[in-house]
Amino acid sequence: MEYKAFLIKYAEIGVKGKNRYLFEDRLCDQIRYALKRCDGAFDVTKSQGRIYVNADGDYDYDEVVENLKTVFGVTGICPVVQFADEGFEKLCEDVIQYMDEVYPDKNITFKVEARRARKNYPKDSMEINREIGEALLKAFPEIRVDVHKPDVLLRIEIREKINVYSVVIAGPGGLPIGTNGKGTLLLSGGIDSPVAGYMIAKRGVKIDAVYFSAPPYTSERATQKVMDLAKIVSKYSGPITLHIINFTDIQLYIYDKCPHDELTIIMRRYMMRIAQTIAEKSGSLGLITGESIGQVASQTMQSLMATNDVCTMPVYRPLIGMDKQEIVEISEKIDTYETSILPYEDCCTIFVAKHPVTKPNLNVIRIHENNLEERIEELVQTALETEEVVEIKWEV
Amino acid sequence: MGKDIKFDMNEVYLDNSATTRCLPEVAALMTHIMCEDYGNPSSMHKKGVEAEKYVRYSKEIIAKSLKVQEKEILFTSGGTESDNIALIGGAYANYRAGRHIITTRIEHPAVLQTCAYLEEQGFEVTYLPVNENGVIKLSDLERAMTRNTILVSIMHVNNEIGSIQPIAEAGALIKRMNPNTLFHVDAIQSYGKCRIYPKRMNIDLLSVSAHKIHGPKGVGFLYISEKAKVRPILFGGGQQRGMRSGTENVPGIAGMAKAVEQVYMDLDSKVNQLYRIRERFIQGVSRIEGIKINGCQGAESAPHIVSVSIQGVRSEVMLHALEDKGIYVSAGSACSSNKPAISATLKAIGVEKQYLDSTIRFSFSMFTTEEEIDYTVMCMGELIPMLRHYTRH
Repeated sequence: MEYKAFLIKYAEIGVKGKNRYLFEDRLCDQIRYALKRCDGAFDVTKSQGRIYVNADGDYDYDEVVENLKTVFGVTGICPVVQFADEGFEKLCEDVIQYMDEVYPDKNITFKVEARRARKNYPKDSMEINREIGEALLKAFPEIRVDVHKPDVLLRIEIREKINVYSVVIAGPGGLPIGTNGKGTLLLSGGIDSPVAGYMIAKRGVKIDAVYFSAPPYTSERATQKVMDLAKIVSKYSGPITLHIINFTDIQLYIYDKCPHDELTIIMRRYMMRIAQTIAEKSGSLGLITGESIGQVASQTMQSLMATNDVCTMPVYRPLIGMDKQEIVEISEKIDTYETSILPYEDCCTIFVAKHPVTKPNLNVIRIHENNLEERIEELVQTALETEEVVEIKWEV
Repeated sequence: MGKDIKFDMNEVYLDNSATTRCLPEVAALMTHIMCEDYGNPSSMHKKGVEAEKYVRYSKEIIAKSLKVQEKEILFTSGGTESDNIALIGGAYANYRAGRHIITTRIEHPAVLQTCAYLEEQGFEVTYLPVNENGVIKLSDLERAMTRNTILVSIMHVNNEIGSIQPIAEAGALIKRMNPNTLFHVDAIQSYGKCRIYPKRMNIDLLSVSAHKIHGPKGVGFLYISEKAKVRPILFGGGQQRGMRSGTENVPGIAGMAKAVEQVYMDLDSKVNQLYRIRERFIQGVSRIEGIKINGCQGAESAPHIVSVSIQGVRSEVMLHALEDKGIYVSAGSACSSNKPAISATLKAIGVEKQYLDSTIRFSFSMFTTEEEIDYTVMCMGELIPMLRHYTRH
């Protein structure tokens, strides 16, 4: 079957009232961004509350579907067959042939749902439903009609041309990127943070990212790994601005001045502070982390409270109630898992104490942080000034 | 995203066992062949004849360096392929005579993994142990030899610790016990650093890679004694007398021969210079506290490799700290260090547990200078106490 067009279904946008056109325009932009990776020329159009992707010439069907599945806001992708209007009899023949090819096994129930956008068509919707239904029943003796819960809902749209479709491929859902402001993701090389970025991006949020490197304790390959992860996430989220912060001196200073079992917590407080400074400067409305309650010592409720203490902007933690296995499943689905498990050391683990505190006392932490008074401002300033900024986008 | 390539004067490259810088005259010759004399040696016209001349001339140079016949040189895609042809092709050509193979525990993965494959195919492999210096005992080899032994594969110079195996003695022993047993030598680290003469040393098969001797990557050769029976493992158009089908990598082959020519010019004085560099380095780092040199000393070791264990400093951290100073080295062996895993060679020579993850390999080339060595020793002296201070608790 040759599909020349796709009808794009979207759900939540439909109820966004007067902002609806904004959401639809963003969705069209994101669809165009995804289609740039595909061979062929495409036309993305809004018409009468629907979005169509029309292929102009040859293209790779699987490639297009794969890429449309990365667009947040899309709930369904319907491959459409288009017929020229050459009379109703010809239409019946075409539809019979369509059903024959798409559903080799005829032991199914169906329902025809016609829609007449071109009102001068000689038959009305009810007539089309009935007569096409009859033609199909006659052509395929095993096929049955079920108007309540059909296996196949056969849509026929009478426009300039006649669109026929029945297959709906699930999209990722969510809202189109760019409809909900920007967030700053604390991205490490692990499994969780790319998933957290993906989940917030899914709600239409544009993503920036901050990565803390610690040369010579972490290698250039670790940084490359994070860039690779950001690139995979950008397939869904659109371009990501990645800020790479050299964290070594801050880390060593904390190591020298504070108790070792509090090292991770204090370090994370400084990561949050730095991320927040970057977020404010770039107009982000919140921080995003991959934390999940109790996963490691620094993610107990006490530890989260201690790190959250330094934040003035909201911190979004989309994985907070998820189990590791659930997170792994999403990372496999979005294709970050393989990269995440590459064995490069991460700055959070290099000096980790054998027995880090799991129930830090906020007051004690604050007092110990005072030991850093002398140089920490200057070190943070230097880290911010020497940041490396990389624009990451998915290209083929 | 790639950074611009630049030749930094402050770059100190001490990872020459991983790969070497290509000589400019090699690169120039290759560019010329790729852009001008780009014919296929199998073509009948002038362009083809021209290309074939490069291959023939290269073979001549390489054969001379080993004092063997030109027809005994087979061009390959590098060390790994040479080892694979020697082992798989050697084993299958002789399997009627027996199914037993002998090698050592400290071979390169190109040999060890190929042996593992042959074990799956029904061959039996004996892995000889090594002493604390990384050298096999001839008595072990003698004991391991059976009537069914069809192939013995021993590396000449170990890539991680630089130990030298008694190849000539092993060759004599093998042939005395069974003249039909093939003797393969992985000479990837030793060719161009030691004189090797297969005929005198009773070597039937010898693997060499070009990029370890300032030639290009992706090319190497296998010496196959005219008496040795070896089966091809690549099939196709029948190039190289059917032993290795596939259009010859003419620029690579010519580049390799050019590098051989350069390296073999005054080889002895180059090797002596490498030994001087090595001694200077060892003397320098030995003054640093908590340092241990693995393997043999002096002329017992290869001239270009030093394995150093540094107490209390993880090799990955040491490596990146040196990198920060413009010094490039390897943690253990570069070939197996994409995945940080504990080195089988270091284990085999009995390196203590605390040192296994704290070992760095320095490897020199004919371009390494005394200034570079002094600079490296100085940097290590500064870095090591600092790195020891910051550790996991």
